[in-house]
Amino acid sequence: MSAALKSQPVIWSALAGLSLVLYLAAAALPALNVYPGAWVLSPSDAMNDFMRWFNGVFGPGFKSAGWLLEWPVRWSQAFLQFLPWSVTTAIFVFLGLIGSGWKLALFAGLSMIYMALIGYWDESMNSLAIVLISVPMAVTTGFALGVWGFYSNRARRIIMPVLDLLQTIPAFAYLLPILILFDFGTTVGLVASVMYAFPPMVRNTILGLRAVPEEIIEAGLMSGATPFQLFRKVRLPAAKQQMLLGVNQTTMASLSMVIIAAIIGGTNDIGWEVLLTMRKAQFGESLLAGFVIALIAMALDRITHAFATKPRVIDRQGPNYWMIAALTIAALGALSTVLPFLRDWPETLLWEPAAAMNAALDWVVINGRTWIEGIKNAAFFFVMLPIKIGLGQAVSPFTWGFALTPALIAGYAGLVLAGAGWAALRRRKTLAALVLLWGVISYIGLTQMPWPALFAIFVYAAYVTSGRSLAIGTALGLAFLIVAGVWPESVLSIYLCGVAVLISFSVGTLIGIVASQSKAVSAIVRPVMDTLQTMPLFVILIPFVMVFKIGEFTALLAIIAYAIVPAIRYTEHGLRNLPAEVIEAADTIGCTPLQLLFKVKLPLALPAIMLGLNQTIIYGIGMLVITALVGTNGLGQQIYIGLGNGDFGVGMTAGIGMAIIAMIADRMTQAVSRRKQEEYGLVQQHI
Amino acid sequence: MPEGQAHPAKVKLSCRNVWKIYGDRPGQFFDGTKGNVGDGPAAHDLADRIRTSDHIVAAANVSFDVHVGEIFVIMGLSGSGKSTMVRCLSRVVEPTAGEILMDGENLLTKSKSELIKYRRHKMGMVFQNFGLMPHLNVLDNVAFPLEIQGIPLAKRREKARAIIELVGLEGREASFPSELSGGQQQRVGIARSLAVEPELWFLDEPFSALDPLIRRQMQDEFLRLQRELNKSIVFITHDFLEALRIADRMAIMRDGAVVQIGRPVDLILNPADDYVREFTNDVPWEMVLTAGDVADPNRADAPGMGHITADTTLALLLPYLAEHEAGVMVRDRAGNSVGVVTARDVVKALASGVPEPAQVST
Repeated sequence: MSAALKSQPVIWSALAGLSLVLYLAAAALPALNVYPGAWVLSPSDAMNDFMRWFNGVFGPGFKSAGWLLEWPVRWSQAFLQFLPWSVTTAIFVFLGLIGSGWKLALFAGLSMIYMALIGYWDESMNSLAIVLISVPMAVTTGFALGVWGFYSNRARRIIMPVLDLLQTIPAFAYLLPILILFDFGTTVGLVASVMYAFPPMVRNTILGLRAVPEEIIEAGLMSGATPFQLFRKVRLPAAKQQMLLGVNQTTMASLSMVIIAAIIGGTNDIGWEVLLTMRKAQFGESLLAGFVIALIAMALDRITHAFATKPRVIDRQGPNYWMIAALTIAALGALSTVLPFLRDWPETLLWEPAAAMNAALDWVVINGRTWIEGIKNAAFFFVMLPIKIGLGQAVSPFTWGFALTPALIAGYAGLVLAGAGWAALRRRKTLAALVLLWGVISYIGLTQMPWPALFAIFVYAAYVTSGRSLAIGTALGLAFLIVAGVWPESVLSIYLCGVAVLISFSVGTLIGIVASQSKAVSAIVRPVMDTLQTMPLFVILIPFVMVFKIGEFTALLAIIAYAIVPAIRYTEHGLRNLPAEVIEAADTIGCTPLQLLFKVKLPLALPAIMLGLNQTIIYGIGMLVITALVGTNGLGQQIYIGLGNGDFGVGMTAGIGMAIIAMIADRMTQAVSRRKQEEYGLVQQHI
Repeated sequence: MPEGQAHPAKVKLSCRNVWKIYGDRPGQFFDGTKGNVGDGPAAHDLADRIRTSDHIVAAANVSFDVHVGEIFVIMGLSGSGKSTMVRCLSRVVEPTAGEILMDGENLLTKSKSELIKYRRHKMGMVFQNFGLMPHLNVLDNVAFPLEIQGIPLAKRREKARAIIELVGLEGREASFPSELSGGQQQRVGIARSLAVEPELWFLDEPFSALDPLIRRQMQDEFLRLQRELNKSIVFITHDFLEALRIADRMAIMRDGAVVQIGRPVDLILNPADDYVREFTNDVPWEMVLTAGDVADPNRADAPGMGHITADTTLALLLPYLAEHEAGVMVRDRAGNSVGVVTARDVVKALASGVPEPAQVST
């Protein structure tokens, strides 16, 4: 491949030239700028036909299954509604206490009381009830598939790509076929949540079973264990911790999907509450409800995580907490039949700050309007618009305060050429070519780029980063987007996500570097990241919508808030976990702290940082779909439209498109990370 | 290949022309021969042929006997096939060809369930990295093989407690492996391997993961246990000195093949080739050679001469010989005279190990 890589400067420059020529010849060659509608072969209709047929044949089966699944959800909801709030709170408190200690118990207890206090108890319990049914289903399914995949290579070869697909197809897109097959109702949320939540269980099951040391297996064999005994008494218990981590991830995914599923409506749960109030611009209420979701998420996460990582220690003679818990809960249950305030939260104790919050928010939005608008406009006019439609169109008296005269264009071209020339003089020819390309793209704008040029650029980038097979895969995937007629939407998605990822990655890496150098910063950053990461995507939108209203800028901020987490995490982790000997060697040689950072640590941490970029992109795409709720264009919106109209073809095409983009980005960044890693001979792990 | 001196006890385990080949189709090299490819050059040629056809030879025509109550050590560097070999003995790793006879019965023809019976009742194994169940405490780890046999809880715990006491871990029954030091963990591993009172005891580099001081201590402990229990043992190590310390007889392996088998002293005094000699060069001979090894049986003892048992190492004898020119009389355990050792005999024996003697000018 190295011979091919030597021609990089030439090919990148040629691609820049091609873009420019096609763009300038737009009038003569319109079909090579905007893919003509007549050439579109949309799969939507075929998909819809297929779905109609499928639904006609299997629909009744699914619907009866859905009817059956409705029951456990109803029971579970009725049960949680029936339980006095004091009993449910006590259960959470004791789970926190036994899992970790009094701090978690306190947190869990306060979270539950908060739900009752602000009057969202019933809605919260309805959401929790679905999670309560979905988690066992997802865990059982995931465990069974994981065990099967562990023992059978053939099964694993089928299971793994399916998991990849399930995890890259945006959560929204799942809802569509499920909605069509199962009809409206709580079942949709349940099924979607199981589908979304079982993959991490499969992965952790396989990972855990595979990680059991060979010697332990051999010790089991030498004890004369039968194959079943070996599984039941050796592999399973030894892999238990990893599997419990799977349960933790499954729980979080399940909750996340239950919340998202509220979008189809009709359920009186907490996700619906957030959505409803957000649509009515009642941000006080939606923030309070969003906070409930965040608290449920954090409590569930901490509790399941605590049980998963509980150390094995000597059985000490201590109080039997399980017994105490059972007695307390029984006592509370009995008491609440006599004391009504233990059964239903007294109305006099409800706290309703929403109105005051709305007033405060109004005050901020009105009084801070110049600031808010200023920030929004500056970001939009000077950053987002130029990338979207190019300097050629973005610069106008209205936006930048001056018009783009031919002289200015010439100056811009001169600047780009000078930059490229400077790089070429320093013998960095590839860089020079990339500067040229960047100059051209900035002028034309991402969404205005002629499609053949953009196609060629992506395919070549795939070839350079990973090799021929990814280049072919990229070409096929992008060809699908083009032919299916979703290219403009795809480019819009790539643009918004790209800007967000760029900002998240640069800012996140910087924060990560600082956090790796300073314990104080790390101590502040860490809990914030933990919180952001456990938060269902939905909730992250709320504060940004409150202040900046709907629009691309809000979406951008929301994506950044979520996608910055892995960038910070991986950078800090990578910088903190370098081989101690290398650092000592550098110290001994006499590196200053800065030299140590830039000449030793950062290069060594590069694979980890690249993995962070990979995750940043995946997170960004995950959030991108959700931001369709606040009015972004692109594939996310298409999915949303499909969902709204029950148009399977449109939604699914867009969903597949999103998955294609995610997979290409994932493979490219993974390839770079892996290559660096192999060069350094390091072992890199996901965190 | 000389088998060393014939051991008086009967053979417990016999390994006959065992091969272990890794690769796509390892069986192809033994079609029609049933693994009986013959010894010497024929086997050597076959191993070369296998290697050149993209297969890996982990064990090449390995044959040895382990007698009842004997400590048989297999010594080799990493990659020599010694760990594969010990696993072949219990078919945890399936040999490609050959025979493994336990009490005259070929284990390789046994069914899976018969094999499980053998492992449950006749074999115990100790692992380099202990191989303890992380989810079980010490007591249940030791009781694990009994649990697998389906022995009721109370009974297996009682038995496990007795063995824990034997290895000196009483008081730690409720600890989990992660709470123990390396030495303690290996005591658990040893206790577990002894829980079923096996006849055959396999130890795969049991002390290699331990600190040198602990290692020495554990070796002594191991020898004490063996005096008490008298098992038939296959002990794997990469440490030549460890092998010398504990072996009744030992085999040296290289590239999957056995280079030499014999008593430690046979290997030192008559290394089969330069490879074996490399190891013996580092050996402090006075620590290994015993009075019995260098005693001259043809010399008669003089009246008033001191006497000593045959297994006394030369190092311990040096101070006495420095003062007594006539030497010392050597007796075996039964008290019969074996011969006489003089200072000159000792110097001669030690001198034979010097690879490049100094040129003395006259």
